[in-house]
Amino acid sequence: MSDKPMIEIKAVNKWYGQFQVLTDCSTSISKGDVVVVCGPSGSGKSTLIKCVNGLEPFQQGDIVVNGVSLADPKTDMPKLRSRVGMVFQNFELFPHWSIKQNLTVAQVKVLGRSQAEAEKKGLAYLDRVGLSAHVHKYPAELSGGQQQRVAIARALSMDPVVMLFDEPTSALDPEMVQEVLDVMVGLAKEGMTMMCVTHEMGFARQVASRVIFMDQGKIEEDATSEEFFTTPRGERAQHFLSKILNN
Amino acid sequence: MNGFNWAELSTAMPGLMQGLGVTLRLLAMGVAGGIVIGTFLALARLSSIKFLSTLAKMYVNYFRSVPLLLVLIWFYYAVPMIFTLVTGDYLTIDVAFTSCAVAFMLFEAAYFSEVVRAGIQSISKGQFNAAYALGMTYPQAMRLVILPQAFRKMLPLILQQSIILFQDTTLVAAIGLVDFFRASYVRGDLMNLLTPYIILAGAMYFVVSSLAMLGVKQLQKRLRV
Repeated sequence: MSDKPMIEIKAVNKWYGQFQVLTDCSTSISKGDVVVVCGPSGSGKSTLIKCVNGLEPFQQGDIVVNGVSLADPKTDMPKLRSRVGMVFQNFELFPHWSIKQNLTVAQVKVLGRSQAEAEKKGLAYLDRVGLSAHVHKYPAELSGGQQQRVAIARALSMDPVVMLFDEPTSALDPEMVQEVLDVMVGLAKEGMTMMCVTHEMGFARQVASRVIFMDQGKIEEDATSEEFFTTPRGERAQHFLSKILNN
Repeated sequence: MNGFNWAELSTAMPGLMQGLGVTLRLLAMGVAGGIVIGTFLALARLSSIKFLSTLAKMYVNYFRSVPLLLVLIWFYYAVPMIFTLVTGDYLTIDVAFTSCAVAFMLFEAAYFSEVVRAGIQSISKGQFNAAYALGMTYPQAMRLVILPQAFRKMLPLILQQSIILFQDTTLVAAIGLVDFFRASYVRGDLMNLLTPYIILAGAMYFVVSSLAMLGVKQLQKRLRV
């Protein structure tokens, strides 16, 4: 791990009208860190991760990604986002495009790569997630787990410096969760910097370097995963853990 | 009905075809122009810039609140006059056709913009987020991801609106432009065969519209799957 943080979240506050969804959130993620963000629904964890690539605006504080400040109005947001991979709960593959197009169009249109280069890269990642055979299919022809793996390959094709996962397995049938987690574990082991909103505590235990627990818009716990699972300090975190571990 | 036979029809045919040409050109321009202008109107209407969205809303409300016939006549009489007032010159183009084409485009744009707006709003926010997350700009996200999906969903509605416009093109007779209906009417009047010619024209509009409507139904079925 290098000293310079990849993501620095500094005292972020966010409101929806009168309602405060994020309160004074601060944390920092170094290169190579795998940070799992968990917490009950409505705790603001998905909102926080969407703030990291500017899909959700925030009113106070700053987030610095790879040295670029999001609060700075001069920041070229599309450029910043092109280096931050994101995987969504509902996959969000583009249904009117084939898998190949899903993997290549952004590389060509956003990064300016040649079609050949984009295809080479996209197909390599598709192979990595084990779906080479489906390159000419359309998203609707794939299962949820397969779609999510393509979505991961799509994000990786952009050569991101960090990957954000927003509940990547929550919309999946139980038997498809593992295939997606396997891809994520592989990525983590290769040293990809990852921030994952997930309830998959097995995944957290296996690869997370840190676990952040959020409740009511606040970061209540921010500990190494070992600490978090052996001695969670807050009562809410303990309550949350006992609930999801018993399920 | 005496005298309404193949010989008469074949004599009338070149005139009728010319009229049909005018009808189809007006239809094509009205639909194409209406969709293009309507798409920009829809984007303006959905814009977070208050000025733009208010302007687009006023435009749509205005054109949806006035009769098409009035718009046609207004463009035919007023626009050349304003042009002359402003420039001191006279319009040298085919005023009847051009003013009708412009009127149809602007009028239809108001209707198409509502169709496009609904289409854009039917695409989930997650698709926008996915496009943005890949580094796309707003125009890229719209052009590559959102609008292609929206238009696919809107196709039946666009066709439906086009069928209405196809029938509404007959209104151009009011300013003396000779479309298919007017050509049939004039020929019938001239040959004292008004009734059969009106029936013939009616049959043409009926058959084309019905076939298109059938197409819409098929399309809706296919798009549902």
